[in-house]
Amino acid sequence: MKKRKLIINITAVCLLIISLLLLQRLLMPKYVSAIVEGSLIEEYYQETTGHDVIFVGDCEVYESFSPITLWENYGITSYIRGSAQQLIWQSYYLLEETLQYEKPEVVVFNVLAMKYDKPQKEEYNRLTLDGMRLSPIKIKAIQASMTEKENLIDYIFPILRYHSRWDELTAEDFQYMFKKKKLFHNGYYMRVDVRPVTTVPEGRKLANYRFGDNAYYYLDKMVDLCRDNDIDLVLVKAPSLYPYWYDEWEAQIEEYAAKHDLLYINFLELIDEIGIDFNTDTYDGGLHMNLSGAEKLSVYLGKVLAENYGLKDHRNDDVYKEVWEEKVDFYYDMKAQQYYELEKYGYLKSFGAKPPTS
Amino acid sequence: MLFTSYSFIAFLALLFTVYYLVPRRFQWMLLLFASYLFYFIAGPTYVIYIFVTTLSTYLVSVKLESLNKAQSAYLAEHKDMSREEKKEYKASVKSKQRKWLAACLLFNFGILAVVKYTNFAIANINAVIGAFGGGTQLSFLKLALPLGISFYTFQTMGYIIDVYRGKHPAERNFFKLALFVSFFPQLIQGPISRFSDLAQTLYKEHSFDSRNISFGIQRILWGYFKKVVLADRILVAVNTLIKNPDTYQGAYVLIGMLFYAYQLYADFTGGIDITIGIAQVLGIEVKENFHRPYFSKNIVEYWRRWHITMGTWFRDYLFYPLSVSKPMLNISKHSRRLFGEALGKRIPVYLSTFIVWFATGIWHGASWNFIVWGLMNCVVILISQELKPFYDWFHSRFNVAGKLYFKVFQIVRTVLLMSSIRMFDCYRDVPMTFRMFGTIFTRFSFKPFFDGSLLKLGLDLSDYIVLLAGLIVLTIVSVSQARGSVRRQLEKKPVLVRYAAYYALILSILVLGAYGVGYDSSQFIYNQF
Repeated sequence: MKKRKLIINITAVCLLIISLLLLQRLLMPKYVSAIVEGSLIEEYYQETTGHDVIFVGDCEVYESFSPITLWENYGITSYIRGSAQQLIWQSYYLLEETLQYEKPEVVVFNVLAMKYDKPQKEEYNRLTLDGMRLSPIKIKAIQASMTEKENLIDYIFPILRYHSRWDELTAEDFQYMFKKKKLFHNGYYMRVDVRPVTTVPEGRKLANYRFGDNAYYYLDKMVDLCRDNDIDLVLVKAPSLYPYWYDEWEAQIEEYAAKHDLLYINFLELIDEIGIDFNTDTYDGGLHMNLSGAEKLSVYLGKVLAENYGLKDHRNDDVYKEVWEEKVDFYYDMKAQQYYELEKYGYLKSFGAKPPTS
Repeated sequence: MLFTSYSFIAFLALLFTVYYLVPRRFQWMLLLFASYLFYFIAGPTYVIYIFVTTLSTYLVSVKLESLNKAQSAYLAEHKDMSREEKKEYKASVKSKQRKWLAACLLFNFGILAVVKYTNFAIANINAVIGAFGGGTQLSFLKLALPLGISFYTFQTMGYIIDVYRGKHPAERNFFKLALFVSFFPQLIQGPISRFSDLAQTLYKEHSFDSRNISFGIQRILWGYFKKVVLADRILVAVNTLIKNPDTYQGAYVLIGMLFYAYQLYADFTGGIDITIGIAQVLGIEVKENFHRPYFSKNIVEYWRRWHITMGTWFRDYLFYPLSVSKPMLNISKHSRRLFGEALGKRIPVYLSTFIVWFATGIWHGASWNFIVWGLMNCVVILISQELKPFYDWFHSRFNVAGKLYFKVFQIVRTVLLMSSIRMFDCYRDVPMTFRMFGTIFTRFSFKPFFDGSLLKLGLDLSDYIVLLAGLIVLTIVSVSQARGSVRRQLEKKPVLVRYAAYYALILSILVLGAYGVGYDSSQFIYNQF
């Protein structure tokens, strides 16, 4: 009798745990047809081969550099572990996590994130952290990122955060409950649409231009992490016209790069040299590069990386070749699909874009 | 540490585990430590208040008992005393005890009065000064209001009165008394326990009883369901309605009134379910505080079934002593002479009832709203009593007593009556409450029920579906409770049915609960009293 009761109770608890896990999967946002940026981080775990270059940073990395272009032009394998408004401590922990899986030759960090010294918004935290696999590093990333009202347990058991989505569920939530379709190109978010720059806003005056101590603390940690792992760290500033990049910020990064013997490339100063045309190379009026802009930047950056860090050309390496050919096919398929949608609907309907009127 | 916070749930999980791991003789000590830790987290300075109340009550209770013992010893030694001498001696001891008791009551109710009512008194004094054209206004004081002070003060004062009355001996172990005063599950919203009910079960050694623990956990879950799925969901609409009195009048006031009745029931009974459930997991029996109150057929019955421990506290420690006090007996004598036997004998009862309800009102909060709320209850109860002969005549004349439809009518009438009186909890001040109540009749329209306005109160259709389903579940459970414990009834069901019910409860709390980001964690309403 006792044994039967025990078996029933154990079965019941197991069933409850399974139901909760299934419910959690169902209730978590899928980020497939809207706010697709939420899927960026988790796609990394599908990678089967290592990379020469790892990018970390905010939208300025995942919109400005195309790993496929780097591959096609220089045989450089790369992955962008970027996410929307990725804060520097998130970049640091994502890099630390990446090093658990592979050891790249070069790490590229976009310095715009230096402007944030404190946790910002829960919504953005989620876009970065939910996609990370549960590990001690993820816990540290969460603890560094949480705003006052957030709880660690809400990240560890996301059902506690997303339970209220029960009345918003769509067919997509069921369709992608276990497996999601691939949306990005080694972390690059492709957009072929164009919205030229019309006005360039002036930066408003700030009370204090000095980057915060916390931001510097994590930049130092990133430098140390790369140094300890024999990785070259490159600092970049993508050529986005806004958020505004102040001269005072530029001076601090230049000074920091010089002090730590790091390569720093400010693409804002290379616009003409690279041939960026803000009438054709941005999809949102200068905030982000579109495919055309990203490819131009990647050609330039690839050359710098290949020349300065002696990265090997893997194009004739059979292991990489097979994997990357598939990626290249997917890239061009999506490119064609995007042009098709652009022509048919006037906007990228199934790629997370909003209709032009909205 | 809110009952609905993750930290509280973690605190409980840790306590439950350690409680059954430590040697049983240490269990009560662990509870004392946990209770003080809980209170310390709520506010480090609050600990001083509860400690002072405990210490003063302990010292006086020991003193009362030592006087009793000294009296017994003295009488044993002086057996040759005459009856008159004995009576005189006992009276002198009683007088000393009464002084000690009065000092203890004054001191502790004084603390409660100072921290809870000083600013209310200042506001009233300022209003009077203002009314007479005075320009000077007294400044309000910044006083910390310790969590649950009304509850633990009443519980402790009940204890000392019982010691004085010789209902039970004083607890000689200070730490055990400290646990009785601070037992954390009931510290912040009751029930207001009696020492004679709680002490033995609190200090007893408890062995691991899986059935009892399972029942306790079920009760806790049921409480969380009521609180986070229902009360905290409807709270949004209640706040919208009562915080915008200029916008929401007429039918909206009626809706707000009914929504608040729903919220308060789910909130308060849910909180007590959690309290009793926690105690049960610990093997401790805490008295029930509700007995299906919304099935009451009249207001007197309602108050016997709602917040039972508060009602009985006022009955035993205020109403009865007041009714037999010398001044009241004198009033009785005079009123019988002045108004005749029939009316005269009722006047002291009216007066005692009035005082009790005034006290009940102000116990709930330092505002005229609560005082008027208490007095409205008093008025309705007295009118009901006066109309009893008419009701009896009506019931026999029309032969409605015991008929189902009439019972339903009585229940609905009582719920509506209580809900309308409770509107004093909601609105800013007394005149506004009357004004808003008036709009139910002067500006009533059925439009808000049909034109989609209900969907603009912060609740969408799915919320209403959850609330309606919740109401049905609450009703079914309440009806089932008439046949005894629902958990015992469920225990006899087949395994599949039983576990389906448990799963439904757990999953509905997790999924439908109004908690986490996007929801403001709300305190239990009675935490504020």
